[in-house]
Amino acid sequence: MTDVLLDIGFSHDLAVLIAKLVGVIIVASFGLVWTLFGIWLERKLAGRFQDRLGPNRIGPFGVLQSFPDAVKILLKEDIIPTGADKWVFNIAPVLSVFSVMLAWVVVPFAVGWTGSDLSIGVLYLVAVGSLGEIAVLMAGWSSNNKFALLGAFRGVAQLISYEIPMVLALLVPVLLSGSMSLQGIVQQQHIMYLFAVPMTALIFFISSMAEMGRAPFDLLEAESELVAGYMTEYSGMKFGMFYVGEFLHAFTFSVLAAIFFLGGWKGPFAEDVPLLGLVYLIVKAMFAYFAMMWIRMTFPRVRIDQMLVFNWKFLVPLSLGNLLVVAFLWKLVPGTDAIASFGDALLPTLVLLVANLLMAVGVLAALRGEGQRERERVQARLVAVDPAVTAGSGD
Amino acid sequence: MTWQALVFLIFSVITLGGGLLVVTTRNLFHAALYLMLSLFGVAGLFVLLTAPFLAGVEVVVYIGAIAILIIFAIMLTPQVTQVINLRGTQWIAALVAAVLFFLMLASVLTPVAEELGVDDWSAGFTQDDPAGVPANTLTDLGESLVDTDRYVLPFEVASVLLMAALIGAALMVRPEDPGPRRPESAPVVEPDAGQATTGGD
Repeated sequence: MTDVLLDIGFSHDLAVLIAKLVGVIIVASFGLVWTLFGIWLERKLAGRFQDRLGPNRIGPFGVLQSFPDAVKILLKEDIIPTGADKWVFNIAPVLSVFSVMLAWVVVPFAVGWTGSDLSIGVLYLVAVGSLGEIAVLMAGWSSNNKFALLGAFRGVAQLISYEIPMVLALLVPVLLSGSMSLQGIVQQQHIMYLFAVPMTALIFFISSMAEMGRAPFDLLEAESELVAGYMTEYSGMKFGMFYVGEFLHAFTFSVLAAIFFLGGWKGPFAEDVPLLGLVYLIVKAMFAYFAMMWIRMTFPRVRIDQMLVFNWKFLVPLSLGNLLVVAFLWKLVPGTDAIASFGDALLPTLVLLVANLLMAVGVLAALRGEGQRERERVQARLVAVDPAVTAGSGD
Repeated sequence: MTWQALVFLIFSVITLGGGLLVVTTRNLFHAALYLMLSLFGVAGLFVLLTAPFLAGVEVVVYIGAIAILIIFAIMLTPQVTQVINLRGTQWIAALVAAVLFFLMLASVLTPVAEELGVDDWSAGFTQDDPAGVPANTLTDLGESLVDTDRYVLPFEVASVLLMAALIGAALMVRPEDPGPRRPESAPVVEPDAGQATTGGD
């Protein structure tokens, strides 16, 4: 691209600048264009999960539904509530989309197809993610609305809490690949990390679902309690931006799950044909996305105290212990510092898999015991209140 | 003027302007947001200095954690959000403090600059590549933190200190004397839940 511009007669600096601008536009619009299709897919899937048809009017199978929706939301009246903090109120939705779009900079689409292959890729993702929390806070505070403020409080408590297990889970692929760059992590996955560290993948999956604020962790906008949480006062395109931001957040996290644990663009012939790598990445990401949709459509919303207790008393200790075990084993198994092929990766993967299975059995046993004790406690309380409630009928 | 100089100027304006607005705005919430802007500018300067790791940490720690905690505190105390009497007669004190701080900075930085051999302060604005920076500072930084010959001791001491602070904070927010555990409030159970099916609906 730069060469072509140089041939036409641009100066060197200008050619580089234009080439980079075009790159930025391509990377940024990939996510946004995908959103148009993805929202249709999500609504269709949600309909199927709930035994409905989903959108089916416009275009074949309703595939063009997003376009009239976008037009409609653009034409809606833009309302700024009285007493709102105007500037903050207007910037918040932009920041919400912005923080998600920034993550696409480091996503490796295929061999050599990366916006910018930062050496601090993983740290960058975490840093960019924290901007989204500010958007939630700004929206909640500036709306001059009690429900919005409550939603923002809940949101930030949730986002900050679940950031910890997520970062601890992200450390494991970094540890296994010896690289913080996303391309490096993909390139080192001769065997998908899902097979080596399934527990880490699960922790990342759960905490990223909490990070994007979707059911069962959608306490930020619990409609039965908080109207719509921090976006209660937003209308028109500003609401649309939050909507797009939330959707894109979910899709970005499924892409990241595919990169960190499912091998990213890796697949047969992906090294030679970059386009094939892009297809592999999207297929893997959609796999993760489908699992997220499945959970979202199936589970009821957790309570705020359950959400916090689950994180601080279960997820954080588990991810810390998991990180320690993985790091220890990785040092113990010989030959882990120079993995260059499928064969090299086989032994460490098997060792880690066995260790993960053992850990999973231990955790499940502990959870089972805890569940049983909890049930006995509830039963004892019920009996203490009313002796007529005997064991077995107290559900 | 090179591209770097232009970007440097932009980030400097963001940093300094944000900092100025932090201390002049009357709205505490806005002040916290301007603080974030200023810190963001500092992160940009770190990127310009080819220290991307520090830039990332700056955003994660200062914007993602500390500034959000500040905002949380502000939001939980709405009566102090509007500071009425902010700019009283304190400007003399502010001026003195600023001059003293500048003198302190200059006295610290000048010997450092001499040691590094920087004699022309405006060199960075005219040269394309102001200084040869090692390409992979990240690996070096990581290794120096766990190298027994270098910084492993301070690193571990800092970790232990932070851990102690963490435990201390957790202890401080506990109730003074928990005493015997209060019996958890019993769930409300209708006394005649079993016979309710005979109701008239």
